[in-house]
Formats: sequence, structure tokens, C-alpha cells
Amino acid sequence: MIALIIKRLVATTFVMAFVALFVFGLLHLAPGDPAAVIAGDIATKEDIERIRNALGLDLPFHTQFFNWLGAIMQGDLGTSIFSGRPVAELILQRVEPTLALTTTTILLSVVVAVPLGIVAAWRAGSWVDRSTMGFAVLGFSVPVFVFAYLLIMIFAAHLKLVPVMGYVSPTDDVGGFLRSIALPTVALGVTYVALIARITRASMLEAINQDYIRTAHAKGLGIIPILFRHALRNASVPIVTTVGIGIALLIGGVVVTESVFAIPGLGRLTADSILRRDYPIVQGVILIFSAIYVLINLTIDIIYIIVDPRIRY
Amino acid sequence: MRHAKLGRTALLGAAALVANMSLAMAETTLKVVPQADLKNVDPVWTTAAITQNHGYMVYDTLFALDSKLQPHPQMVDTWSTSDDGLTWTFTLRDGLLFHDGSPVETNDVIASIKRWSVKRADGQAMMSRVKEIAPVDAKTFEIRLEKPFGPMLSVLGNPTLLLPIMREEEAKTDPNTQVTTIIGSGPFKFSQDEWVPGDRVVYRKFEEYKARSEPVDGFAGGKVVKVDKVEWIYIPDTNTATQALMSGEVDVYEIPPMDLMPILKADPNITVQVLDPLGKMGHIRPNHLYPPFNDPRARQALQLLVDQREFLAAQVGNPDFETVCYSVFMCNSALESEAHAEPWMKPNPEKAKELLEEAGYNFEDPIVVMLPTDQQIIYNNVLVMVGKLKEIGVNVDAQAMDWSSLTSRRAKTDDPNADPKVGWHLFPTWWTGVPMSSPLTNAPLVATGDPKTAWFGWPKDDEIERLRSAFMEATTKEEQMGIVDAIQKRFYEVIPYLNTGQFVTPVAWRTTLTGVPNALLFVAWNLEKTE
Repeated sequence: MIALIIKRLVATTFVMAFVALFVFGLLHLAPGDPAAVIAGDIATKEDIERIRNALGLDLPFHTQFFNWLGAIMQGDLGTSIFSGRPVAELILQRVEPTLALTTTTILLSVVVAVPLGIVAAWRAGSWVDRSTMGFAVLGFSVPVFVFAYLLIMIFAAHLKLVPVMGYVSPTDDVGGFLRSIALPTVALGVTYVALIARITRASMLEAINQDYIRTAHAKGLGIIPILFRHALRNASVPIVTTVGIGIALLIGGVVVTESVFAIPGLGRLTADSILRRDYPIVQGVILIFSAIYVLINLTIDIIYIIVDPRIRY
Repeated sequence: MRHAKLGRTALLGAAALVANMSLAMAETTLKVVPQADLKNVDPVWTTAAITQNHGYMVYDTLFALDSKLQPHPQMVDTWSTSDDGLTWTFTLRDGLLFHDGSPVETNDVIASIKRWSVKRADGQAMMSRVKEIAPVDAKTFEIRLEKPFGPMLSVLGNPTLLLPIMREEEAKTDPNTQVTTIIGSGPFKFSQDEWVPGDRVVYRKFEEYKARSEPVDGFAGGKVVKVDKVEWIYIPDTNTATQALMSGEVDVYEIPPMDLMPILKADPNITVQVLDPLGKMGHIRPNHLYPPFNDPRARQALQLLVDQREFLAAQVGNPDFETVCYSVFMCNSALESEAHAEPWMKPNPEKAKELLEEAGYNFEDPIVVMLPTDQQIIYNNVLVMVGKLKEIGVNVDAQAMDWSSLTSRRAKTDDPNADPKVGWHLFPTWWTGVPMSSPLTNAPLVATGDPKTAWFGWPKDDEIERLRSAFMEATTKEEQMGIVDAIQKRFYEVIPYLNTGQFVTPVAWRTTLTGVPNALLFVAWNLEKTE
């Protein structure tokens, strides 16, 4: 396993280098000019040129790339073109809300979806199964922002149980944190509950039709040990994969939820930075995202080995 | 004895704690959803409207305009002008302090004027007549001119592109480099540590600010601060921002969407009010450098496709906030005039087609129109024009893009007929009313044809330039209106751009706020918040 970890970490360096070049190239090839955005509507062409020159945006592509890469090597992600603040500081400001939302969403999804999928498989064809799959279709079909607006209307605007928007850090106020994160978690979690429940049901269905499950029944084992100790363990590889991919998707995909609930997370930072062409922030965030993706994949592979000792790399 | 001392100490500690707690509890915080996210903090470096609003919070200005757009002294105590109008002498008020406690002196003011003037059209116009700006003493300075400059006080008090008085240290920064140390002498201090770009900006009351004694009127008068803290909370989603205002989580929504206005108006806890009577003007700009719009007949053809009512319906969709206006310098402004516009008020597509033919357009070459899909009002504006052009048989190449792409593409002077992927023929935007209401600050009217000085589209017309220059020397209202009349006439002969209707954007705030000043934008002084 240690060899696997070392091999993957070495590979990560190459992945990151490729991502760096790819992202830098893509951003600079895309139309748009931060100097024009900064200059504002009343600026002339000459004003824009002066700002571009002052920011070094008029330097050749390769010079800009190697300047940026050189700084990255020294652990410097650069400075925001717009606010003039270090990218690392801006990212750090935004990590906590995104991490909190991702964690609560995955927790909610796993806690709700896995038992739901198991029960649906156990009672395949029954009303429980049909209801679960109906909910799954609904969860996939309805966009996150629609759920979000509905939740805001009901729980924030009418019942006034939770705030409409914003984020409270758990270090400031745990109760406030739970209230502020509740609606975004549910809104975002619906899709993941649907996804994980479907995968769990499918994997469990395959597992509970195997001979060893029949043997367990014949031995007189109770349904709980059969489902959780025997079937779930053998069905867990696809579920772990889905949860892992879910975490990766969530980190990059929370932008809509963060925008609707005005949560100052990484998703919004990335989207805002793309819209105004704040290249250093986009590059910094994507580099970090790619590192997180690689680490998540590595973690999933390690979990595979733990839950299924037959797997070898 | 020792126990008694301990008891007293504990009592004193508890009392101090209670005092601190009640102080913290008594802190009044005003929560505002601003029109946009504050991306940069130097109001000279950028012309972005949100940064100008930020500038008003932190910096003070020499002069300020009242609600009728008349200039009044703000940081200035007294001023005088020589008989020949060539020397202006200004003396600052006593007790003006920067947020770091240092006094505001003439060297700060002079450096600030110089930096600001590099980046502003009216500042450049003023400086083109300035011989020197010289200090007399720490509180008095003179602006010495080579030729008279009539609108001196209005320019020094320009409300939309303010002249922020910075410390000399910051004011000496290259105007094309952003100042990141924000120390002003205005009514609020910028809390740099609490600023989370893209989310929240925090300002705290500047306790040592010395407000004028006159009552507040527009930007003029005493800026008396009655809240301890102001938070700008950027909420990108308009529905969420509206719900947050209705539920009382925020106090002010600076530019609520027009389609949600009926909901806000129906809420008894919310006041909806227009603070800026000039509002904004829808705008479509042709590229004057290349055919067909280098020919005034082709631009007149565009004008004959504009029925402002249709354009306003698409941009705003609420007649309460719309004004059909053919005045170059806006309606409801000091220089309002619709002279010579009559023949152009009624659309005439047949005549438009004839004029395009006369201008040499063959109805086959693509006309490149940029469509910013992420700017709803502007996008709707240009969609109407695209439809009108198609109706008369123009081959429209409507290119969808985001606003950032448009702002960089419009700066390109390449020929759209040679390369439709690089050049452009038409693009839309809107303008804030105040700068549009003066020949000095109406940027798209600048007709030098030179990309260094003219706004994108680069019209060239010597007559308009002559009239703009003459306006600088006009000192009476009669003289000014005479020049405005001549500009109106010339405008409709050469059509530098198309006005597609004037509209206002009301501000919504909770009724717990009283005393909101009737400035052109929402400002946080003078008002009180009750729970």
C-alpha cells in the first residue's frame, strides 16, 4: 500500500504540471481582458492599454507562464489582479464554507441514501422500492436551484426557522452554523441522496442474489447481519466510488448552491473570477482542486483495498 | 480585607464586562446588498460604479453636488476666483483628518487632483487649461489657469467619478496602479481586515469625522453618521436578496430587479424610492471606423429603427420607471433639451433601408453585433435592435458572449468586414445619467476619432469637438444652453450613438431606516436605524 501511495504522489506532480499548463493556456486563449473590466465603462482604449501594461498582461504568453510557474514553485499562488490580495489568502478565506457544505452534504447523503438503497433492494418491487426510486428520479430531474428556492420560500420566508442566506462559522456560533448550513445542505444533498441510493440499491440487488447470501439465510442468520455484514460489504465498492466521485464533484460543483444562499465559498470565488478574468485566482483554485481530486482518488483506492482485500494494484 | 479587595476587583471586572457587552450590543449595523461586488478599492484606478460608491464611504471631496446637481463646498471652507477667472483660491475647513489621524493638507489635495485628473475626461479638460496648482499654505491652495474654465466647481464635485482626497503618499501612486492602502478622510473607515472580496465589505464609523453644519442635501451638507458599522453583503442571486430584505436579514437592496418590484412595493415594511432621478440611458454604439457605419446615413438609418418605447419595454418592462428621452444630455437634467430631435422620434424602417442603401450597404455583408448574454438589461436592449435590423433585410451576425469578452472585444479597432471574428459593427451598453448630462463627461460624445481619447466606436466630428470645447468657457446658463442646442442639432446629423430610452432603478430599504439622503445613490450617512 505504501508503494501505491508513493507511486500516486509522484504521478500527482505530473498531473499538476499538466493541469497548470492546460489551465494557463486555456484561460489566456479565452476571449476577455481583465484590464478592460478593471478600467470600467468610461475608459478609453488607451486607458486599458496602460492598465494592461502596469499589470504585466501585455507580456508574451510564455513569459507570463514561466513567471507564474516560478512563483508556484516557491509556493506563491500569485496576487489577484482585481483586489491586489494574495490568491492563497483569498482561497483560505473561502475554504471553510465549501468544506463545511461538502462535508454536511456527503454526511447527509450517506446517512440517508445508503439505508434507503438497502431497504429498496431488500424490498425490491414493493412500494418502498418504488417510492425510493421515484424520489431518485425526482432528485436527478429537478435542478438544485429550484429545490433551493422552494426551501427558502417554505423554511426561511414563511416559517422563519432558518436564515435566507449567509454562512456562520462553527467557530463563531455552532447553532448559527447549523441553521445557516441546513437549507444549502438539503438543497444540494437531494441529488446525491438520489445518486447514492440508486447505486446502493443496484449493488445490493446483485449481492443479495448471490449464493453466499442464500447460505447465510439457510444458516438462520438475521436479516440485519445478512444485509449489513455480508451483502453491504460486498456491494460497497461501487458505493464507495460514487461517494468519492460525489465529494470531488461537490467541491467544484457547489457554485449554484453557494450563489443562491450567498455562501462565500470556493465555487463562487471560481465563478466570479472566471467572469471577470482574474487569472491568478482561477489558476490557483483549479490547481488546488486538481490536487484534491487526485488525493480523493488515492483515498478511494486505499478504501477499495480495505473493503475488498482481493483488489491489488 | 484581602477578600474585600478581591470582591471589589471582581465587581469592577464584572461591571466592565457588562459595559463592554452593552456597548457591543448597542452597536448599530447597517446591512446593504450593493449593486455589485466590490472588486477593487481605488476609485481613481477604475471607473466601476461600485468602486465610486466605496469612494464616497471612505473619502471626502472638495465640493459636492446637491439634489439639484448644484455644487457646494464640502472639504473646502471658503473659495474665491479672480476677476479674470484665471486664479481660483481654495481654503480647507479646520479639523479635517485622515483615518490615520494625520491632518488633511494642501499637498494631499494637490497630489489627489493631479492623480485623478489623469484618469477622468472632465479632469483632463480642466488640466488642459491649468497652468499650475500651487500651495499657499497648509490649508490654502490655488489653481492657476491659462484660459477660463466655467464648470470648475462642478468638476471638482463630480458625483459619479468622484475626486477622492487621499494622503499624498497614496495620491502619488501611478494612476494606472491600484492604491491598496485605503486611508481617506471620509465619514467611514474601510475595515481592510474584514473585507472578503466577493462576499462582504465592512466600514466603521470614523469618530473623528467633522461633518459640515448645513443639512444634508444630495451629496452636499453635513455627513452625520448615525450607525456604527456598515456591511455590504454581496448576494448574487436576486431572489435571495429580495427574500433577505423582506425577512429583515438585510436593510437595503440597492438595485432590486424590476420584475420583483411589485412584491417589494406591496410589502408594508419596505420603502421603494428613486434616489437618482436621472437614472440610466440605454445605449447602442456603432463602429465609426468602418463601413457601413462610417457613413452618417447608415447611422441615421439605425436611429430610424429605434422606437424607445419598444426598447424600454425590453430593457425595463415597467412604465413607472421608464422615460422616452431624445435629449443628448438626459431628461430631468439641467441641460435637458429635445431640440432638433422631432424628425427622429418616429421610427421609419423603409427610410432606414433607403439610407443604408445610400450608404453603400449591400444587405449581404454580415453586420457583427455583440450580445452580452450575462447582462440582462443590455442583452434585451440589443436583441430588439437585432430584430429591427433583420426586419429590413440586414444580414446580422449576432455573436453571443459574456460581458468580459465584450469589454475586451470592443477595444479592438480591426475591420469587422475583413474579419468578423475580431472586429465589430455594433454593441450595446447603458450609461449612468449624471456623466451623460454634461458635454464634459459624456464619454461617447467625444468625437476626436482617436482611440487614445475617444470612447470605443471612435466617432470623428470636428463640429462636436468645437462645441464641447466652447462649453468649457461658457459661464452663464444661456451660453451653455445655446451650445447644448447646437450639439443637439449636430448630434442628429451625425448620430454618434443611439439612445434607447432612459430608466431609473429604485432603491428598496426597510422602513426601520429613516433619513435616507436624496443623493444620487444610496449613502450611509444621515440615516438612522431603529429595531
